[in-house]
Amino acid sequence: MSGHDHREDGVSRRKVLECMTWAGTGVLWTITGGVPRSLGIIDSAQAATAPGMTFLQISDSHVGFDKPANPNALGTLEEAINKINAMPVKPSFMIHTGDITHLSKAAEFDNAERIISQSKLDVHYVPGEHDFLDEEVKFYRERYGRGTKGQGWYSFDAGGVHFIGLVNVVDLKAGGLGNLGAEQLAWLEDDLRGKSKSTPIVLFAHIPLWTVYPEWGWGTEDGGRALEYVKGFGSVTVLNGHIHQVMQKVEGNVTFHTARSTAFPQPAPGAAPSPGPMKVEDAKLRAMLGVASVNFKQNEQRLAIIDTPLQG
Amino acid sequence: MKTLNRRDFGVDFGLTLAAAILLPATTARADDNMEVHIDNFVFQPAELKIKVGTTVTWTNRDDIPHTVVSAGKFRSKTLDTDDKFSFTFTNAGDYKYFCSLHPHMTGMIKVE
Ligand SMILES: [Cu+2]
Repeated sequence: MSGHDHREDGVSRRKVLECMTWAGTGVLWTITGGVPRSLGIIDSAQAATAPGMTFLQISDSHVGFDKPANPNALGTLEEAINKINAMPVKPSFMIHTGDITHLSKAAEFDNAERIISQSKLDVHYVPGEHDFLDEEVKFYRERYGRGTKGQGWYSFDAGGVHFIGLVNVVDLKAGGLGNLGAEQLAWLEDDLRGKSKSTPIVLFAHIPLWTVYPEWGWGTEDGGRALEYVKGFGSVTVLNGHIHQVMQKVEGNVTFHTARSTAFPQPAPGAAPSPGPMKVEDAKLRAMLGVASVNFKQNEQRLAIIDTPLQG
Repeated sequence: MKTLNRRDFGVDFGLTLAAAILLPATTARADDNMEVHIDNFVFQPAELKIKVGTTVTWTNRDDIPHTVVSAGKFRSKTLDTDDKFSFTFTNAGDYKYFCSLHPHMTGMIKVE
């Protein structure tokens, strides 16, 4: 299977079949408008029996958001954390893929921290564009930037997996998409140098590193460069947020996945006039919010990703 | 979709006056305040033609914050829902601008 094809429209039958075989690990597939997406299915009993390392992803908590799409984003974040605390297997740690706050206010960061810390898990953050809105762009960095490079990128190892947190929400260019920039790409290339190709790699960043829907800015201008650097590795998992819905595709050794928000849903690509917050019936909201858990088993090429909604 | 209101904002009036003082008398009369709305991640109108001395006011009507940025020319703070940003154009030229949070949002002010 050729490893590096970014066309969303060219999903081959073979890829579809490959995706279908994934249903066994908890993710069902559908293809809409040429974009494969998982329907977010879940069998927590499977997660309970899975050995190996499990970590969690939460994203887009938008603490401070109080508009009709969800008047209490802090409340649904707390529900998400409660959900995590009730999981049968305690995860090793958590990643947060950005937009912790809605407007980068100090109180929003404090409230987010107060709730998220109730998980008693180590949390590895990357910023979303909503986390860099304060005048001096210092609140995120003061809290989460320690020990990171540049605008906040870093890597770490856990359970035999190499994790790389990237920042693609800074210095965006008019008319463009998310942006990593030359300095970060050079660091990434250097970070991967000398790593055994059998080391599983997890790349995480706020905006999708793959082109989901450029009309809404859902992609990263130079994301392809980052993917070039991980091309030779046997197992690569790319975890993103920003689009407030589950979407997934597999290309060769690379699995791309976006997580739900804990705050509000956004429409499917092109399904509304804009990507803004989507107001749904109150009874349906919690089915469209949630968290993702990711399980890694030694000798299995792909990490298994299970999306769990807050309800339903 | 060109529904530009001729409205005077108290806030903008000072800016307009300041601009007027700096300009030669023949072009000093900025008799219009023009508006651009942000709706559904779009600047409306996307292109605006104005006279030197005109003040343009942007209003964010989305549930998501946006910014209005023209490299080296002007830069708003983050505009939350219903927040406004005004700028008085004292020099002719083409001013391309965009939202630094959602860079696919672009607009143009042509000043003559
Ligand atoms: Cu914007």
